[in-house]
Amino acid sequence: MRRVAAGLLKPFTETAGLARWMLVAGVLLTAVFVVFALFAPWVAPYGFAQTSAHGVAFPKLGHPDSQHWFGTDRLFFDVFSRVIWGARTALEVVVLSIFFCVVIGVPLGLASGYYGGWFDRIVVLVMDAMYAFPSFLLAIVFSFLLTNVYGGSVVAVSLSLTAVYIPQYFRVVRNTTLSAKEATYVEAARAIGATDGRIMRRYLFGNVIQSVPVLGTLNAADAILTLAGLGFLGLGIQSTDAAEWGHDLNRALADAGGGVWWTGLYPGLAIVLLVTGLTLVGEGLNETLNPTLRRRRLLPVVMPGRAAPNLVEEERS
Amino acid sequence: MAIDVSDRTVAISPGEPVISARDVRVWYGTTRGAIRAVDGVSFDLAPGETLGLVGESGCGKSTLGRGLMGLLPEGAKRDGQVLFRGQDIFSLSAKESYQLRGRELGMIFQEPLTRLNPLMRISQHFEETIKQHEPGLSKDEIRERALEALRLMGIPPTRYRSYPHEFSGGMRQRLMIALALVLRPAFVVADEPTTALDVLVEAQIVQILNDLRRNFQTSLLLITHNVGIVAEACDRVAVMYAGRIVEQGTVAEVFKNPQHPYTRELLRSTISLSTTGLNYIPGAPPDLVDPPDGCRFHPRCPQAMNVCATQNPVNMERPGGGRVECWLLGPDEQVPPGGKQPLKQEELTVADEA
Amino acid sequence: MPTKPETRADAPALVDVRDLSVHFELRGGTLARLFGRDTGTIKAVDGVDLRLRPGEVVGLVGESGSGKSTLGRALLGLVPATSGSIHLRDQNLAEMSRRQLRAIRRVVQMVFQDPNAALNPSMTIEEAVGDALRVHGMKSATERRAGVVQALERVGLSPVELFLNKYPRDLSGGQKQRVVLARAIVLNPTLLVADEPVSMLDMSVRAKILQLMLDLKHDLELTYVYITHDLATAKYFCDRVAIMYLGRIVEIGPTEEIFAQPRHPYTKALLAAIPEPDPDKMVPRDLPRGEIPDAAQPPLGCAFHPRCPEAVSGCGWESRDLRTLVEEHWLRADAAYDEERRVIGDLDHLDTPSTTATLGVGGSAQVRAILDRMRTEDVDEPLWSGVTAVEDSGSGVTVHFEPAPPPPLRRAGGVEVACVLYPDEGRPDA
Repeated sequence: MRRVAAGLLKPFTETAGLARWMLVAGVLLTAVFVVFALFAPWVAPYGFAQTSAHGVAFPKLGHPDSQHWFGTDRLFFDVFSRVIWGARTALEVVVLSIFFCVVIGVPLGLASGYYGGWFDRIVVLVMDAMYAFPSFLLAIVFSFLLTNVYGGSVVAVSLSLTAVYIPQYFRVVRNTTLSAKEATYVEAARAIGATDGRIMRRYLFGNVIQSVPVLGTLNAADAILTLAGLGFLGLGIQSTDAAEWGHDLNRALADAGGGVWWTGLYPGLAIVLLVTGLTLVGEGLNETLNPTLRRRRLLPVVMPGRAAPNLVEEERS
Repeated sequence: MAIDVSDRTVAISPGEPVISARDVRVWYGTTRGAIRAVDGVSFDLAPGETLGLVGESGCGKSTLGRGLMGLLPEGAKRDGQVLFRGQDIFSLSAKESYQLRGRELGMIFQEPLTRLNPLMRISQHFEETIKQHEPGLSKDEIRERALEALRLMGIPPTRYRSYPHEFSGGMRQRLMIALALVLRPAFVVADEPTTALDVLVEAQIVQILNDLRRNFQTSLLLITHNVGIVAEACDRVAVMYAGRIVEQGTVAEVFKNPQHPYTRELLRSTISLSTTGLNYIPGAPPDLVDPPDGCRFHPRCPQAMNVCATQNPVNMERPGGGRVECWLLGPDEQVPPGGKQPLKQEELTVADEA
Repeated sequence: MPTKPETRADAPALVDVRDLSVHFELRGGTLARLFGRDTGTIKAVDGVDLRLRPGEVVGLVGESGSGKSTLGRALLGLVPATSGSIHLRDQNLAEMSRRQLRAIRRVVQMVFQDPNAALNPSMTIEEAVGDALRVHGMKSATERRAGVVQALERVGLSPVELFLNKYPRDLSGGQKQRVVLARAIVLNPTLLVADEPVSMLDMSVRAKILQLMLDLKHDLELTYVYITHDLATAKYFCDRVAIMYLGRIVEIGPTEEIFAQPRHPYTKALLAAIPEPDPDKMVPRDLPRGEIPDAAQPPLGCAFHPRCPEAVSGCGWESRDLRTLVEEHWLRADAAYDEERRVIGDLDHLDTPSTTATLGVGGSAQVRAILDRMRTEDVDEPLWSGVTAVEDSGSGVTVHFEPAPPPPLRRAGGVEVACVLYPDEGRPDA
């Protein structure tokens, strides 16, 4: 238990200066949004598609006031509530897509790197083709295709984001597998008679998975932007299904000309802050977990005064 | 051969030392506190002399070599006094010490391939090195110089325009030595120069190092864990343990009559062709963040006394020449009453093993 | 000293390796593959015979690239045999499927050179040792733990509780090597292949691990294959020693005889290369020149002849040796280099192995003159005795060498040697 705690705290205790500051700021920012997401029904004063409370209808494009802190938009929705509920949507989509990426990408990379040969070549070709494709375009295409199957649901959007990010997980895992499988301990596992499956599960998995958390946080930031982009184009999740910042921004576009600033500012701010938070966490983690970037926090060396007797003895001779 | 070695040293030692190190310390900062990798080391090196620095891994011998060169990682700190021809090299500015390095101080590393630029021909390596320190030389003069250095290392002139990867491991190490010596530095540190090489090639390189004195009048600090190599290639030897030189003297003297128990145990545990029984030193070298009080070897020493656990041993004139730090050799007047009683040691188990 | 009263010369062999070859295909660079150039094979092991009697310790000694590690790995089926057979009692490993080979590893185990790399950094000691049991079907965690505890105690890692939950990074080098040994013996094998088990360890613990291995051998009735480059430990540790060079055994016999009377020049060279820590016993020595050649293109004839201080006419001299000789000449003839280089021209074409060598661009008379000068420089150079004819060809000369096959292993005294200096002692041989 203690070791787990120490392991979780490691990024904080082993960083210094800017890296540590980045990590702390990022974690705090992200934590705020995670709290919003988890406790949205309690934090948000209204539902995301609520247009009236206690029998009183909300104003259309109402100014921010004590009733509606961030005002209301042209669909009579409360902007503050939609920002809070939007955090839930964003995190749902991001967590789900990273889950898919890890569940599919990691085993695929492991097998591809370990077995090599034609299997490896084919998978690499497919993944490289996906990676080379402009990522946002790919998300749009997948979004179109999947919306026909699943409707504009969270799952559909998550799967289209998975398509965008999975090549990265695959590549990272495959490349680390390629070098890890040459390690003596893998040969040692073969020497005790372990099967290929066992070698991958027990010997390689734990050693190639280490760069995935960093990749995950950095991708999460990017995924928020892609999600918002899809929403802005009117693809993905519909306003009545869930609150989605990108979609709200799209609607706010028309308001901006009329001097209505609050419908656009707050969802936009939410996107910027969450993306910043996640990026800071990712970069901070990278500094601690990536051995090539890691700068360990060194205690300054303080040397006490010289051991004089030795010198005297030396000079006497 | 043995007589030869001692004769030469006697002939050399009266001269002014090239390097004179006094109470050198090199500490590394870590998250746990400072690692006292080198903790009060003093030695002299005469012109053309080879000093072997031996000890177990982690005793600070490589750190000492790098510390003398000024090639320490971030967070390391060094102090003490190292006089190179009367000039304290520890107090030089970064620029001054950079100019001294290469020209007057050379370094030979363990893995030569990582030190050679794979995209540069050998000729370019030499041009680069020589031009940096002697900008006035023409290309022909540089070639002349380089070919001369290569020839002494046994590399034929036909290979002058080759790339590093076209050479075998032993040839690369010869190249490195030639590059380090082409400017004829007065002092060279060789850090485990043969460890990565095969037995026969290792012996060839040892022979080359052995010939250095004759060809270049270079003083060499040869860092190695192999006492056999010290015996073959060095005039004097310094035995290092846990950051300190515990015994130093001529190779013939120290290896024939080791005074410090650590030297004795180290020699006994070495497996050579004349080995008839297996000996080992129990325990492991101490953690240099918090080394034991008194003599640092006392927890592993078969002859430890009470005084060894409490007081630092005094650096003494060694019987037969050289210096040694061990309470067995005195000074008796500084030993407190009862200090000469055998020390009750904790039994060393596999859990303490190196 | 290790003795072996339990082994008799006529005991049935535990392992019988016959004419074993292990070749690796070299994958050339992109360009080589594009142009379909021959990418070559490395004959890591090339026609080796080796018999192990139960309970003996056989040393495989040689420099890197000698094939000693590959031969050791072939005994576990970790590298596939290209031809020949490896009989373990009555099973032929060379013909087994992967599944059968996995089962064999209950009986044959391996200890690796670098204890820091041989253990999975993300597995505890208990998991690492226990996994060997798990792999071979021991499902019960309690049984596994009992087996692990017993193995750890056997290798001296007690109290066991101190080590079970540690990770490799928490242990010292010697302790890690003990864990590797525990993992190897936990399955009760009969044969242990130890690949340089002490060479990465500190001087002060080498003897301790070797002693442990001797104890284990005695207690568990093990047979060892001890792979090393260090003749000093081999002398202490082995009953028999096989000296390997470029994939072949060049000398094999009882340890005592090999060390008392080394016959093959390579064995002599290896012995002479060991630095002796006792200054009184040091002798000046004559080292072989050069390094182990490229295994993709081994020297013709005896593979050691280019470095051999005792070479004679029938060793298989060839074009590359002439190149070396010319370069060595230039190493000495400092002043004449530039001019002679113009006469001789480029030497790179001599790198294709052949028993004829054409060289020179500046007129055959001048080339002959240079060759004569080289000859007078070192009259004893054995290469010249292998020259059968020197003819003019164009503006240079062609040198013909006497072709010679690689010498086979032949009985000489109590050992077997593969060297032209030791012709057959009466056994029917080719």
